[in-house]
Formats: sequence, C-alpha cells, structure tokens
Amino acid sequence: MASERIPLVAYLVLEPEPHLVAQQCVRCGARFFDRRNACGSCGGRDFEPAPVAVTGHLRAFSIVHRAAPGVTAPFVSAIVEAGDGTTVRANLVEVPPDPAEIQLGMPVRLVTYPAGTDSEGTECIAFGFAPVSA
Amino acid sequence: MSDSVWILGTSMTRFTRHEGRDLVDLASEAALDALDDGGVTVHDLDVLACGTLFSANASVGQQLLGQIGQTGISIYNVANACATGATAVRVALMAIRSGEASMALALGVEKMGKMGLLGSPPRAPKGPTTYEASGRFGSVRSVDGLLGTKTMPGVFGQAGMRYAHDHPGVGFEQFAKIAHKNHLHSTLNPLAQYRKEFSLDEVKASPMVAYPNTLLMCCPTGDGAAAAVLVSEERLRSLSADQRRRAVKISASVLTSDPYVEGGQVQPDVNTLTRNAADVAYEQAGVGPGDLDLVELHDCFASAELIHYDNLRLCEPGGAGDFIDSGAPYRDGATPVNVSGGLISKGHPIGATGVANIYEIATHLRGEAGDRQIPDARVGLAHVIGLGSSCGVHILERSAA
Repeated sequence: MASERIPLVAYLVLEPEPHLVAQQCVRCGARFFDRRNACGSCGGRDFEPAPVAVTGHLRAFSIVHRAAPGVTAPFVSAIVEAGDGTTVRANLVEVPPDPAEIQLGMPVRLVTYPAGTDSEGTECIAFGFAPVSA
Repeated sequence: MSDSVWILGTSMTRFTRHEGRDLVDLASEAALDALDDGGVTVHDLDVLACGTLFSANASVGQQLLGQIGQTGISIYNVANACATGATAVRVALMAIRSGEASMALALGVEKMGKMGLLGSPPRAPKGPTTYEASGRFGSVRSVDGLLGTKTMPGVFGQAGMRYAHDHPGVGFEQFAKIAHKNHLHSTLNPLAQYRKEFSLDEVKASPMVAYPNTLLMCCPTGDGAAAAVLVSEERLRSLSADQRRRAVKISASVLTSDPYVEGGQVQPDVNTLTRNAADVAYEQAGVGPGDLDLVELHDCFASAELIHYDNLRLCEPGGAGDFIDSGAPYRDGATPVNVSGGLISKGHPIGATGVANIYEIATHLRGEAGDRQIPDARVGLAHVIGLGSSCGVHILERSAA
C-alpha cells in the first residue's frame, strides 16, 4: 500500500513521463548529475536544468557477478550514451545477464521500476535502460 | 643533464599475505634492503617520502624511521590511491630537483590481507528506514547494483568493453590472453604473490567476477613493500665506481590527473590522463615507445592492461587487440609488458605497487633480474593509475658508464 513514490536519485524526475535532468553549465554546456560547486570543465558558476534524452545506445557494460554485500547479483552495469550525447550509468534491465544477449551499440530506452519501500510505505523508484525491441 | 636524478638502490619484499608481520616490518625490510643495495645508510638520507593508502593517517614514515633510524629529516607521508607509490617517488625526486635534498628514500607499503572487493559502499544500516534524499546525488538509498557498479572489476570491465565497442576484434578472448601472459610471466619471479601458469581455457573458465574479467583476470589483494634510494647526479659523482655503474637514470617522471571529459563523472576515464602522462614522459626522456625494452603497466584487471597498450602508444592507435594477438607483450615479444607477472599475478599491495614496478624496471636495466631478465635491457617504462584519478609514468635508463 505504497502511498507515495520517491525517485532513487534527485536527477530522476518521475512526472509527467520519467526522465533524467542534468545540471548544465550555462557557459560551456557541460552536464552533471551531482550537486555542483562550479563547473569541472570551465569553472563556470551558473547552471540550468537540462532534460536528458530517454533513448540512446549502449557504450559499455559489465556483468557483475561478485557484488558488494547486500547487492543482488548478477546484474548488468551499463554505460549509455543518450541521444543528446550525455553519458549515463545505470543497470541494463529486461535482458538476461549473459554476454551473448547483449550487443555493444544496441539501442536502449530509459525505464523505471520499484526498488524498495520504506517503513512509512513510500516506494523508491529506480531507473534502468532496456533494449529497444526491433 | 646535470640535474638528473638517479636510482642508487632499490628493493622490494615478496608480495604475499605476510601473516604475523606488520606494516612497519615490511617497510623496514624494503627500506634497509634498498639502502644496503645502494651502499648507503639511513644517515645519508635528506628526505623520506612514504606512501601507504589504507593506513594513510598512521604516520607510517615516522614509524619506519622510529625503527631504522630517527635522524630528524623531513618525512612526507603520501596517499594517492593506486598511484601512491609513484607519488612517493615523485615527491622524493622533486625534493632533490629543488636542491633541498641530494639523497632521498621513496617507499611504498601496504597491508591489505584478504580485503575483498574494492569500491564497495559501506553496508546499509539494518532496521526501519525512511527514504530521504541525501548526498550529492540526492539519493534515498544505496545505488550500487541499481545504477550500475562502482566496484573495481566492473568499472575496469566497462573501460575495456568501451574500447571493444570502438574497436572490432577486441573481446573476451583478448582480455583472457593478457591474464594468461601475466600468470605465465610470474612463474619466473620469486617475489610474485602467485607463481602458477594457467592455460587460456583455465583463465576463461575461472569464476566470473565482472564480465569480461574472470577471477584469474583480477589482481589479488595482498601485503608488501618496495623502496628506492634516489640521488642527485652531483652526489652520485662523489660515490664509488660500482655505485655509479649500477645507478639507473630517471629520464622522465610525470604525474597527471584526469582532465574534464564528457561522461567522466559517471565512468572514470582512465585513458586521457594516461595518454597525457605518456606523451609528456616520452618528450622528457627523448625516447619513443619503440625504444622501450620492457614496460610495467597497471594491469589491475586484464581489461585495463589492454587499453593501456593503446594509451601508452605501445601499439598502433586502435591496435591493442592485434598487439596481444601477435604476442608482442609476451616476454619474448617485441615489447615485453609486465614480465614481473604484473598486478594480476605479482600482486597489488596498493601503496607498494608504484615503487615495485620501478624496482622491476631498474633490476632489468642493471642486468640483475635473474631467470626473468630481459636480455640487454636499456630503457623501460613504469606506469600506474589510481582511480579518482592520478596517473604516474616513469621512464628509466641504464647507466651509460
């Protein structure tokens, strides 16, 4: 009876459609997902929110079999290049953890899924990338 | 060049799990052996640079001199991830170049035991939780295993697969060959943590840690120390003919950090800073990749070694897969890489690693590497990278005398 939903990370926006929002340097356009003190590329101080494309392609992956304590394995860790060139790290989901099933360069799209519920019934929503079926 | 800095003595302990010996025991063994090797004593030193990572707040340099000679000299305790040892060497070198010192000891030491997977976040608290956004990413719970991995085998696995993405012909087979090579090389190194040959099939069939890296493609944790006595050229001239003959010249010493690249925030870019360091080092030394008789590079994982063939310009651009397929980095190949066994088989006690690879190169250049000697080695390159990131590159040359 999850009464509310909360994104796993602040840069995941759930409504109206789930997407990521980067902090974009006003001066040089560099994009970041963390809280910034200044721009790591040009030193600029001003940022604006920039929505990140929800589709992209798989640049790299690793299938993690030995994970940290408490982390369910195996899982597929993926580096995705979004359609606008922004690099994102997340799990590759909706695909078996088998290198034969994963092609470098394959098109992917952002998906969301529940990743736990806290003691007050709030549901955590995580994101991942799923292969785009042909 | 009159302001050259030379290696006068060098040593390393065996890398293994040293039960019953502490950090200071290991540091003392390496330091005393390096001083003996150089024909000098602790009383000849002007500076100590002591590198250790997981005990960085324990004043290990002071503990060391407390055991082997409290002479009152400057001690710099340094920590710089897996580049800690190379950073200690550079601190010692810079002290000499500045003119404040003429002889310095660079030491790296680590005691890790069976530490397990590096990069894991602390275990999540048990009991009732209430989701609340916190930290720089506004996360409500641990993201490891949900938003990909930050554990080392996976991060370096991804770095290798990104190279595979851009370069057809690179894949699991090429990564496996690298581990085969380094395990084979270590059978000749009495100081290596592991000294066992594995077939290519055994490498491929060993338990998967983080694809493409199987267990035999990952470096172990372990304990060990390494040391180098550095001396100014002027002071070297005052030493004996035998000390001068065995001295090894540091032709290049470079430390870089990672410049901004798109995506570097989410997947560490271990390429750009390595390329930058290599390019500066080749220019400083006045040599090119083709002049190298051997290379010790940072093979924390097999996937890492492959990309560094390209980053260090050992192969044609994009040609790292062909490079290993051709056998070039085997000890009888065109450019022997990690003839010590590398991190994968020699071991990787983090603080010691960046000094130990300098020990390895120097020992070959002196013609004192025993069974694993690369014949007539004159020039060698030592490379380390610490995530976060720092890259150290040193080029060493045999004494002309």
